[in-house]
Parts: sequence; C-alpha cells; structure tokens
Amino acid sequence: MKHRIVSLVLARLAIALVTAIIVSFAVFFATAMLPGDTATILLGQAATPEAVEGLRKAMHLDDPAIFRFLRWLAGVVHGDLGVSYANNMPVAKLISGRLVNTLKLAGLTAVISVPLALTLGITAAMLRNTLYDRCLTIAIIGVVSVPEFMIATLAVLLFAVYLNWLPAVSFTSEIRTVYDFARAYAMPVVTLTVVISAQMIRMSRAAVVETLNTPYVEMALLKGASRGRLVFHHALPNALGPIVNAVALSLSYLLGGVIIVETVFNYPGIAKLMVDAVSTRDLPLIQSCAIIFCFGYLFLTTTADIIAILSNPRLR
Amino acid sequence: MTSLVEIRELRVEATTDSGRTIAIIKGVDLDIAEGEIVALIGESGSGKTTIAMTLMGYARAGCRIVGGTVAVDGVDMVALSEKDRAAVRGAKIAYVPQSAAAAFNPAIRIMDQVIEVVRIHGVMPLEEARAKAVALFRALSLPNPEMIGDRYPHQVSGGQLQRLAAAMALIANPKLLIFDEPTTALDVTTQVEVLRAFKSVISAHRIAGIYVSHDLAVVAQIADRIVVLRNGEVQESGATRDILARAQHPYTQQLLAAVTPHHAPRPAVSGPTAAEALLEVHEVSVGYGPLRSDGQPAIVAVENVSLRVARGRNLGIIGESGCGKSTLARAIAGILPPFAGGVVFDGRELGRSARSRSADQLRQLQIVFQHADTALNPAQTVEDILGRPLTFYHGMARKPRSARIDQLLDMVKLPRSLRLRRPAELSGGQKQRVNFARALAADPKLIVCDEITSALDTVVAAAIIDLLKELQRELDLAYVFISHDLSVVEAICDDIVVMYRGRKIEQITPEAMARPEHPYTQLLLSSVPKLDPTWLDNLRQDPEQVRAYCQR
Repeated sequence: MKHRIVSLVLARLAIALVTAIIVSFAVFFATAMLPGDTATILLGQAATPEAVEGLRKAMHLDDPAIFRFLRWLAGVVHGDLGVSYANNMPVAKLISGRLVNTLKLAGLTAVISVPLALTLGITAAMLRNTLYDRCLTIAIIGVVSVPEFMIATLAVLLFAVYLNWLPAVSFTSEIRTVYDFARAYAMPVVTLTVVISAQMIRMSRAAVVETLNTPYVEMALLKGASRGRLVFHHALPNALGPIVNAVALSLSYLLGGVIIVETVFNYPGIAKLMVDAVSTRDLPLIQSCAIIFCFGYLFLTTTADIIAILSNPRLR
Repeated sequence: MTSLVEIRELRVEATTDSGRTIAIIKGVDLDIAEGEIVALIGESGSGKTTIAMTLMGYARAGCRIVGGTVAVDGVDMVALSEKDRAAVRGAKIAYVPQSAAAAFNPAIRIMDQVIEVVRIHGVMPLEEARAKAVALFRALSLPNPEMIGDRYPHQVSGGQLQRLAAAMALIANPKLLIFDEPTTALDVTTQVEVLRAFKSVISAHRIAGIYVSHDLAVVAQIADRIVVLRNGEVQESGATRDILARAQHPYTQQLLAAVTPHHAPRPAVSGPTAAEALLEVHEVSVGYGPLRSDGQPAIVAVENVSLRVARGRNLGIIGESGCGKSTLARAIAGILPPFAGGVVFDGRELGRSARSRSADQLRQLQIVFQHADTALNPAQTVEDILGRPLTFYHGMARKPRSARIDQLLDMVKLPRSLRLRRPAELSGGQKQRVNFARALAADPKLIVCDEITSALDTVVAAAIIDLLKELQRELDLAYVFISHDLSVVEAICDDIVVMYRGRKIEQITPEAMARPEHPYTQLLLSSVPKLDPTWLDNLRQDPEQVRAYCQR
C-alpha cells in the first residue's frame, strides 16, 4: 500500500516536470514570435544596417531558434536568466525584488482570503437554501460579474478620494511601521481577496453540499451525529480534493493575473514588470516572467493534486 | 404485550421538483411489539422506506411528516426537537442501510465508524465499545474479527460491509432496529450468510425491528408479521404464515404469484428446425485492459465459453455478480470484441467486433440492456427512439415508419398515446418495454437480454417475462437471457448455463434444476430463498463448498 502511494506521487511529480519542460518550450517560442526586431528596437531607427547586423551577431539572434532555446534553458537551470536587452542589467536582479513584492502581496491575500472563503463556503453549505446562503450566493455572483479594475477603482474612489483614509497608491518603499504597512496593503489586498474568494466560496460550497448528500452522511445523521460532526468529520475529508484544487487555481491567479490591481495601485510587482518588458521588447525579461508565472501555477496545481492523492484512503 | 412502536394516522408529503406537493404516505397505522420483527413489503415507491425512516423522526430531503404520531417507547418522534431526536438515533433506534457500501464513509476506518455511535452518545467507554465491536464481528461471523476494524471500507467485500453495518447498528444496544433492504444488493450465496447472521443477533439480543424489503421469500425467513404496502397505504397485514398461506388482498396474491416461478415446459420443437443452431459461440475469451505480450488482456473476464442457441429457443445464463455473464453478452453483440474464439450466427461466422459485421447481421442480433434509464436517450421521444432502427435497418419512409411504431407499441402493450413522451415521463416498466420495442424494431432473430428485469419490481418483472414469452410465440424469436435471478431464468429458458469466475461450469435444463451436478450450481440453487418460513433454518450447505466458492 505504502509504495503504491509513493509511486503515485512520484508519477505526479514526473508529469509536473514534463509539463515544465513543455511550458518553457512554449514560452520561449511564443515570445520569439513577437513582432519586431530586438536589435532595431535597441539601436533606434537611425541605426546603420551594419550596426544592427553586428548587434544581432553579438546577441546570437541569428542562431537557429532551437540553439537559442537550449542555451536559454541551460541558463535558467543554472539560475542565469540572461541579461535584459533594455538596460543591460541581469534579469535575475531585476526580477528578484519585484518577485518578493508580488509574493508578499499574494501571501498576505492568501492568508486572509483562504480561511475567509472556506468559512463562508462551508457555512453556506451547512445552511443551504437559507436566507444566509442565498444572500451570499447573490453577493458572490455580483462580485464575479464586476471586473476587478472596477472594484479597484471603486475602492480608490471610496477610501482614498471621498473618505481620505488611505493613500491612492501603495508606497511600499516608505513602510516603517505596522500602520504604514497596513495603509499600503489594505486596498490591494482587499481587492484581490474579493476577486479570488468568490471562486473558492462557490467551489467549497458545491463540494461540501455534494458530500452532504451522500448516503454515508445520512447514515451518520441517523447515528445521531450533530450538524458540526456531519460536516467536519464526515463531509469535509471527502470534499478535500476538489476544495484544494479550487484554492490552488484561485491562488495561482495571484501570481500572474494581478497586473490590473498592480497597475491601479501602482504596486511594484512582477506582473507590472512583465508588461513594461513587453513594451520594450525585452525578451529575456518577458520569458523569465512568463516562466515564473507558469512554474508558480504548476507548483500550486501539483501540490493540490498531491494533497488530493494523500487525502484519499483508497490510494493510501 | 404492549407495543414498543405505535404509528397512528401517519401522513408524509413530498414536494416534487416542479413544486407540486404529493401525499406519499396516506394515513398509515402500524404496531411493533417488544422483540417483534415486522416486515414492510411493497414495490418501489410504495413508501416502505419512508415509513421506516419516520421511526427516527427523519424524512429524506423533499419529504415532510405532515400528520399523525410515531410513538416509540411512548415518545412521539414527530413532536421531538431535532436535538432530542439526535439523542435517540443510533442509541435507542438504529438503522441498517440498503447499501452498506455507500453508507460507510470512504475516508474513515471501519472501527471508528462502528463505534461512532458510542462516541456521539457516550453510552460506554470507547475501549469497552471496541471490545464489544470485536465480539459483534465474531457473532456476525466476519473473518479476522480482531483486525477487520482497522481497514477502510473499500478494503472489504460487500457482504462483509453489510454485516459490519449491522454491527454498527447493534453497538449501543438499541431497542429497535430498522433494516432497509439490507440484502438486496448482495448475491444469493452471500445473502444466506448475512440473513443467518442477522437472525442470530436479533434473537440473541431480543431486538424489535422493522424489515423493509420487496422480497417476500427473504422476509418469510426473518419476520414475525408482514405488512403489505402499496401507494402509501396498508393493503394487508398479518402473521407471516397467514400472509404466505392465505393472502386475502389481490395485490398480495399478485406479489406471491410473482415470486413462484411458473415454468411450463414447452414442447420440444419438432421437425428440421429443432436441431438447427441459430447462434454458436466457440470457446470465446473476453477481457479488459491492454494486451500483454502473450496476447491476453490484463483482466480476463470470460474464459473459453462455448454456447449453442437453437432457432426459436431460449438460453439462460446465470451467475453471481462478477462472473462475466454481462461481458459475454457484450462479446456476442460485438460491443466488446473477444480476444479468442468466434461467434457463428445463422451458419455464418460473425466478425469479432460490431464494426466488422454487416448491417443485416447487426439487425438480426439485438441486445437489450439492464438499465433502460441509461439505454434510452433522455432527449428523444419514444417515437424517435423507435423510429431510428426502422430508418437505419429498413430505410422506412415517414408514413410506414409511423404505422410500424404503432404496431411496436401494441406488441409491447404500451398505449399509442405514449409516442410523444420522453423516457423521464415513463415508469420503470414502461421504459423497459420501450427499450425492448427498440430491439424488436430491427426484426431480429435473436435478442440478448442482459438483466432486463433486475431493476424492476417483482410484479412488473413478471409481466415483462410474460410479454417476452408471448412475443416469442408470435415472432419466432430466440433469447439469450442473462440474469442473476434464478426464478426468472427458470421461467423462460429451455437451457441454462451456469457461470462462475468467467467459466461455464454447467449446462442444465430447468427440469434438472432440482438436482444439479456441479457443486457450485448446487450451492447457488440452494441459496435462493423460498417462501417457506423454515427454509433458512433447515438449509444445510456444505461448509467446504461454501468456503470454496464464496468470497464472503
């Protein structure tokens, strides 16, 4: 039994590795297909053809794509993400600070939104078809239907412009006290929490409702179990797989999908860095950002799958 | 003797999906004395489980107790608060579910679920409960009673789970047990063992109980009294022997008639057609999964089975779940191509897969599946369902097709007014008739019937069997009739093949069913419950045989 679960987990990890290689391949060639020639862009329109030609050679832009890909992949494995075309700084250095910022925002949002969403989702399932459940469902559908830039803008209007409680942008560089920290992060975190919680609430509610309708929960009810015992002891362990998956999907959004929130609050995160990189045709930077997003996503979904495997006694 | 349970004027209503309210229990009175087992008998939808559930003050989602009293030990369960009901459930009144496989939580070890009642109600120390559980496991003749509690539900068999569910119900010494069709999902050989175990613990603990079932023969073994229900009303009630011997109500008589097989030996067909084989299956082997290097699939479900069906005759295939009988049916129909052996139909070798057979070969050999619910497209009307084979096999134009659909409906005795209905608007028996009419639409010579009566109530199933016989006389059909229900097969078949673990072990005639030769057939046939209430007590089975052939 034991070695079976180990092999299942190893198989899952192997799939993740293969996916990672395919994804890096796709990322590399997708960015390589972007229109515009890097050398021309870097040198400006006034550059002589000889200068452009020389630069192309120096940057190995004329090599076959597969060699460039392998060279780049080898670099990534060694932690060398290349040098930014735009300002000649190592990509790793450019990214590291921004990545920390994004992870800070994502971590804070996760810490708040996951417990909040699960509590709401599970209570809604326990009290299904009551006024509470219906109001929550309507509110969630409302939130899902409103685009996040709208939520972010409304938050700015309300808290920064009318109430004057919070600054309109996040000055992360000026944080000295806990109060500063709270002021800087309040609005982005609240906006993101609203955006990613909706999905988690819906999914956890659905998963728990489904298990509450099974014969074994009815059996437990007929054994005299309390409502709390039914949900936490009988339903939740069996609903864990789908819930963890929903959480992983929602959290993955915090890595790459936050560009709008970062832009509205002028938060120096990695998504904003990537968009800036696109406008300067800074291929190494774009590739590195994309690969980080993909790996983050892969990490989360793989973790969710492994938790689902471990929580299933049929596989244990 | 005072009654432990007094149900008076019980009424339960259900709300349908469309919001309509319908009465499902219409004023039922019922008494259970201390230590008495009362059986509730009736077809599906008669309200037997609903009544049993009200003893715990419980109605399933969408149902509501709207009137009457359910007094258990002097306390009206209907009037109690949810919290007070919870205090009674499991402790004083316990429930043995229909499908233990579904009623055990897959994520929790068996022992923890068995003693959960004790944990909830705190009636004894947990260590004592564990010791008592092991004693119950032993009393219910479960294998390895010390260790079985450490397993997860998926690691034990269905028959074992059913007995574990009984242990779970008995752990807190309840006064009243509710058995909800506890052996319906089991094979007959397993059922014998489970019924015996139930009976011994019931008499040992002098427990009163309500036994919900549709099977009169099973109930006859275990119940003191029988209550016959139909459409939420009591039709008849009385002591078990009286009901079995002198049923007054026509519906009870109908139920009794449906249990007793009515095999009328058909005169052997004389003339040249008698010996002529319509279907011959030569040493067919079928399996699932990828082929291994030796050309065999990973799982072999049917091994080296040969059959012969004469023109206009019927062959029955019996065996317990997992013996490969349905797989064999699928192989004959070409849905699951065999990896070895061949099928000869009407003197010509058929392709192994349906794809390689001609349209005319497909037309002459039809298959009817067990679950009409899933076999009929829910989005199509009866007319569309029957019209499709008419167009496909016969290329009929609209007018003759329409006339033929009317004829087909007449043949299966469905009113023509059902033409425009969809499957969801038909009853279970009606759906199975449409399912069968679709096969008839092809004008086949042979119909493979895969458990077509198993999902139906006994009375409805008996009517389908009569219909099949009648159509056979009129249309010169041959059937391959697959079932785990021996009385059904006995009623319709000329020859019976017994399968066990993918092999054909014996072929007998219904007349010879009283004295089969193979030990497994003996065991199988002797395990079929009889209406005689002393059947189980007098049943002697060779323990060697039981050990050899049952995976209990």
